[in-house]
Amino acid sequence: MGILVSFLAVVALFLSVLVGIDSLGLRWLFGVAVPYAAAALFLGGFLVRVLGWARSPVPFAIPTTCGQQKSLPWIKSASIENPSTTLGVIARMALEVFAFRSLFRNTKTELRDGRLSYASNKWLWAAGLAFHYSFLVILLRHLRFFMEPIPGFVLALTTVDGFLQLGLPVVLTTSLIFVGAVTFLLVRRVASPQLRYISLPTDYFPLFLLLAIGASGLWLRHVTKIDVPAAKAMVMGLLQLSPKPAESLGTLFYAHLFFVSTLLVYFPFSKLMHMAGVFLSPTRNLAANTREVRHVNPWNHPVALHTYDEYEEEFRERMRDAGLPLEKES
Amino acid sequence: MSEDLKPDQLEYYKQESLLKVDYRPPATDWMQTPTAMRPGAFIYSAKPKNIEYIDFPNARNWAPIDEDWKLPTNWKEIVIQGIRERLDKYRSFKVFMDICVRCGACADKCHFYIGGGDPKNMPVLRAELLRSIYRNDFTTAGKLLGRMVGARPLTIDVIKEWFFYFYQCTECRRCSVFCPYGIDTAEITMMARELLHLLGIGVNWIMEPVASCYRTGNHLGIQPHGLKDTLEFFAEDIEEVTGVKVEVPMNKKGAEVLFVTPSGDFLADPGTYTAMGYMALFHEIGLDYTFSTYASEGGNFGLFTSADMMKRLNSKIYAEAKRLGVKWIMGGECGHMWRVLHQYMDTMNGPADFLEVPVSPMTGTRFEHARSTKMIHIAEFTADLIKHGKLKLDPSRNDCRRVTFHDSCNPSRAMGMLEEPRYVLKNVCRNFFEMPPNTIREQTFCCGGGAGLGTDENMEMRLRGGLPRGNAVRHVQEKHGVNQLAACCAIDRATLTTVCDFWAPGVKVTGITELVANALVMKGEGDRKLNFRKEPMRGEEDGHV
Repeated sequence: MGILVSFLAVVALFLSVLVGIDSLGLRWLFGVAVPYAAAALFLGGFLVRVLGWARSPVPFAIPTTCGQQKSLPWIKSASIENPSTTLGVIARMALEVFAFRSLFRNTKTELRDGRLSYASNKWLWAAGLAFHYSFLVILLRHLRFFMEPIPGFVLALTTVDGFLQLGLPVVLTTSLIFVGAVTFLLVRRVASPQLRYISLPTDYFPLFLLLAIGASGLWLRHVTKIDVPAAKAMVMGLLQLSPKPAESLGTLFYAHLFFVSTLLVYFPFSKLMHMAGVFLSPTRNLAANTREVRHVNPWNHPVALHTYDEYEEEFRERMRDAGLPLEKES
Repeated sequence: MSEDLKPDQLEYYKQESLLKVDYRPPATDWMQTPTAMRPGAFIYSAKPKNIEYIDFPNARNWAPIDEDWKLPTNWKEIVIQGIRERLDKYRSFKVFMDICVRCGACADKCHFYIGGGDPKNMPVLRAELLRSIYRNDFTTAGKLLGRMVGARPLTIDVIKEWFFYFYQCTECRRCSVFCPYGIDTAEITMMARELLHLLGIGVNWIMEPVASCYRTGNHLGIQPHGLKDTLEFFAEDIEEVTGVKVEVPMNKKGAEVLFVTPSGDFLADPGTYTAMGYMALFHEIGLDYTFSTYASEGGNFGLFTSADMMKRLNSKIYAEAKRLGVKWIMGGECGHMWRVLHQYMDTMNGPADFLEVPVSPMTGTRFEHARSTKMIHIAEFTADLIKHGKLKLDPSRNDCRRVTFHDSCNPSRAMGMLEEPRYVLKNVCRNFFEMPPNTIREQTFCCGGGAGLGTDENMEMRLRGGLPRGNAVRHVQEKHGVNQLAACCAIDRATLTTVCDFWAPGVKVTGITELVANALVMKGEGDRKLNFRKEPMRGEEDGHV
């Protein structure tokens, strides 16, 4: 159900471009207004969300410790998995963000003949990493449309990416990895009954959208063989605030642009914000030195207490009879 | 099966039937699947007198199986306002409500899901029970698109579902280890339980200890003279076993160290043997310490209730340290107690600037890692003693024990005390075997009874939740002949006894300091034939005399 709705939503996006460009010629709408609005919503939305999180304090230091604490000098502590210093925290976060450290631990639990087994299961980690890094490379490659002259590293990256030397223009491996990884993540979500059970339409939608972005991009490069200078001129026009939607670029280009715009708009209002949220996660971004350094809670309000005096008041007789020392004799 | 057995009895359950776990999700969508309150899977409601004693709102008589939970008329408003307040107070809550991608990595990490197969026990779905309400009332997308974006309106059935599933989470944090964003279900469960308390919904197994602790200083409600009797009784037992007369320092002003331990160690076997172990050890090294009757609880069921309640109960430790004028504090073997002491105490009730940085009077070691809190764990203290050769140990006295170590959830995942207890154990017994790597250290499995769920009322869930631990124990039992499970947690000592009886019969549970005291050669001791359980020390089978 959720999957169908999400798929149809992406199809609807495509159809709206078809109608909008082919029948109505709304090039200004899809080529200028939508991208500008999307960029603004993305930046504004992103900022609002992050500031929203940041506005709430972190009352307690609650790192999840995944290794030996720093205690006695002769016991080796896990300086990254259970960091007691800021440097350790930075290393822990870096591993989390760049290498998906926690996901790397993933195991598959199986109960068979009354025995539990925990097999290493790195598929999700591998596909997740493949998707995120290929997406990053693709974004960097697209800088060729945004910068003049094209920076050397972008050209170098593209050359390396095309090492397979297949076809003309050459097939870029990251594009294939991207589509492959996203497809895997989608298939995985559908194939496992448990995962399907927890999945929301909002889990399928971004996957279909990413597939649409990838497919339209590949099609533009390899099938329609897009007029690159015209596309670049249009993108530069948008950047320099003198937008001029190109007549020569086909509907598919506008579709690609519309998919990307949709992703930008969708981003701040969805789970995709995990990109920023991971940095703010108190179980990962705090040092576990909570007995060494006091963490301050800004709203540490007073609470009702049962004091020793009240306690002794109630039990004084019995304490005296038992020979326990007292503060007040009567 | 006997007709008379009830779901709160161990004998009611059979291994074969509990092992038939059906992991297939129901045909209906989870939002449409009603919660079935079945006996053995939930805990009875808190009695009004306990709620009233600590001034919590909406105390009343009700039962989870009732159709009408007698909620206050403005209950919906209370919950929504409660969520709003907590979103403003806790960044963790806000971020964890927003960033889950439902990747499912946490799903098969929860002991209750592994042992029960109920999809709402997957950490991700447990959190969605609350997230769906958050989305509905606090996000634009949720307000506009409802179910399409995973939002659903708050109904009485949602409250009942929360009660059922947030009391089927032991706040063990195992899922949080595997989450790519560190989303901590313990944090979410804590928020959900706070929200339920606003409506007067809690379980008696937690609220009675909370009320007792507030009044008498400990969960069990032991009054000062009762505690004195108990400890003196322990001293007599120690003398009987070792021939050494140990002191019972209580509420002693000017002692160097205040010692605080879970009150479970005062009352129930096998925790009591660990308590005797503390007393024998402190006597032997000549530590100037004191127990307190006012701060006679290291554990803190407030942690399973609300942040404020945790603070109210925890405050007694520093207050008592100040009143007695001790230099520093030592804590006994307890799991969730150390979550509170390590991650909350200093923030809530500190700074403890009236205390000194803990220094071992025997070795001179300065415990710099506890520089601010001024409280160290007995395993840290004992490991340091052994390292410096301050204890005369005869590990052969534990030769009849083939020991494995169960890492308790909180000392592992909210502290990281992994090596200290192992170092101590390996020095006091000669047969030590680790359970499989995916079941120990930071990946350790809960006993199934943490976070206030260790009652017989929910026996089915405890046994299901105890399956992963029980399975690992059985593994080392078969492979290495393990017959003793050591754990530095009072709840473990109580609940793992049941788990082992069911899943790995023949394995007994012990604390670490009990084994230390067995091996400890004491000055002036008699012929040590019996251990603290008054069993033959070296086992009957090996002809050692």
